[in-house]
Amino acid sequence: MKRFFGFVVKEFYHISRDRRTLLILFGIPVIQILFFGFAITNELKNVRIAILDQSKDVVTDRITDKILSSGYFILEKNLQTNDQVWQTFKEGKVRAVVCFQPQFAKHLESDKKASVQIIADASDPNTANMITTYISAIVSSYSTELLNGQQIPYAISTQVRMFYNPDLKGIFMFVPGVMVLILMMVSTTLTSISITREKEMGTMEVLMVSPLNALSVIVGKVTPYLFLSLINCASIVLLSVYVFGMPIQGSIVLLFAEAALFIFAALAIGIYISTIANSQQSAMLISNLGLNLPTIMLSGYMFPVSSMPLPLRWLSNVVPARWFITIVKGIMLKGVGIEYLWKETLVLIFMAVFFTFLSVRNYKVRME
Amino acid sequence: MENEHIIRVESLTKRFGDFIAVNNISFEVKKGEIFGFLGANGAGKTTAIRILTGLSAATSGKAIVAGYDVNENPEKVKKEIGYMSQKFSLYEDLTLKENITFYGGMYGMKYRDIKAKTKELVERFDLGSVQNELISSLPQGWKQKLAFSVAILHNPKIIFLDEPTSGVDPYTRRQFWLMMYEAASHGVTLFVTTHYMDEAEYCNRISIMVDGRIDALGSPSALREQFNAKDMDEVFRIVAQNKKT
Repeated sequence: MKRFFGFVVKEFYHISRDRRTLLILFGIPVIQILFFGFAITNELKNVRIAILDQSKDVVTDRITDKILSSGYFILEKNLQTNDQVWQTFKEGKVRAVVCFQPQFAKHLESDKKASVQIIADASDPNTANMITTYISAIVSSYSTELLNGQQIPYAISTQVRMFYNPDLKGIFMFVPGVMVLILMMVSTTLTSISITREKEMGTMEVLMVSPLNALSVIVGKVTPYLFLSLINCASIVLLSVYVFGMPIQGSIVLLFAEAALFIFAALAIGIYISTIANSQQSAMLISNLGLNLPTIMLSGYMFPVSSMPLPLRWLSNVVPARWFITIVKGIMLKGVGIEYLWKETLVLIFMAVFFTFLSVRNYKVRME
Repeated sequence: MENEHIIRVESLTKRFGDFIAVNNISFEVKKGEIFGFLGANGAGKTTAIRILTGLSAATSGKAIVAGYDVNENPEKVKKEIGYMSQKFSLYEDLTLKENITFYGGMYGMKYRDIKAKTKELVERFDLGSVQNELISSLPQGWKQKLAFSVAILHNPKIIFLDEPTSGVDPYTRRQFWLMMYEAASHGVTLFVTTHYMDEAEYCNRISIMVDGRIDALGSPSALREQFNAKDMDEVFRIVAQNKKT
């Protein structure tokens, strides 16, 4: 036990001497969370639009007012002719143009029907989609106003409620993803690099000849990283709760227990990588290409798993992050307990055990 | 007899599939001896050392190291031996003191003993000014000597040195051998591999491995006589060539 402790102390020396890694270790989670939280939002704000009003009557004025007073849009300019629409898009000054048909109010009065055309710049498809949705909603809310209590014979109305994230805040989606990426980076990449470094330096041989057994070496190697990962995890949770108002609906103890389980699995993978890689570079390559990339692509963090083609959906099952993201979302946003997350938990336990077994076996073979 | 022969190897064999890396070797090493373990690259030296240090299990045969059978009690053997690899084995990003504390701790030394040893080492090499500097800032020659000092920190009965002087300048090599002699005079056994034939002359006895076998064994002077050679270099060439035909 004393030996093991001495080993862990040595590992902390290594980590503390490497200032750059230390900075990355604690700087990246904070920067990423702030970055995702402030810079990347799915909400519309101050979108510049133009209006082509060929009618200029009371009704179009009212609708224009409503659009501009919503806070989402800013009027860049008023257009006079159709030709100007293309011109303004080419200039890139507006994201959308709202066109009212000529004699808008008159048509509305006589035909009970008038149309508004919304032209959006879809070179950025997501934003275009949101802009048209927002404007349509404003227009239709105005037409509801016009009805003003009058009964129409049939109407099916949809009532939308967004559960778990009513404001559709983007940060809620990014927090689990960032957490997973950071934990992977610290637990898997850094651990595999630190073990292969001992191999490269030749100190691993010396350790193997010492009375310290292989298991103590491995456990001693990963303990500091387990510790650092938990600190990172806590800092991410603190930031997302206190800066971005993300709720923790479920049990915080369960959240950290699951995080510890995920870290354990990630560490086991890191050790496994170090048994197949002989240099720090190859360890880094394997963990980046073989692990971090699939984590981003296949975990459901950026792209929903359910809309992937079948082979990729299958592949996503072997990505530990996929299961952990479900767990984090479940605990933080939905407030569910282990009774709904036992399946994901079991998968992570299995992965942790599997990779521990594999690396212990590989480790012995290599020592032969 | 047990005390006389600190290493006793009998018909030791190691196979990797069809390949026989170590082929039925037997030899003894006396306490306090500097034993040169020679052989061309790929002759099986490294494999043999790995077996003797408990890193690898022999396919057949027996090796008694420091009074224990390595196959049965590798952990007990490990406590009694020291090891220095051809790669420099101190941690560059730790200070000298931290390195000593770490290695001492690995061998279960008491903190008080580690402290005393550190003091002794620092005084002996006049390291007072650099003991809290990172190892990476020390000159190469010193690192080598310190690595050796750290390897004998826990008073091992045997030290295995795998090409300890490769890539070291002649002056430092001489100094290094002086340290080894001093250790041997205190009863420590040194089991050393080298590619420098002038170093082989410094050994009490040497063995030469060829294709997994030990083809020559004896003191440098006895071997010179046996092969009718003027120096070890010639002995080595004769032995190595014999086996090719």
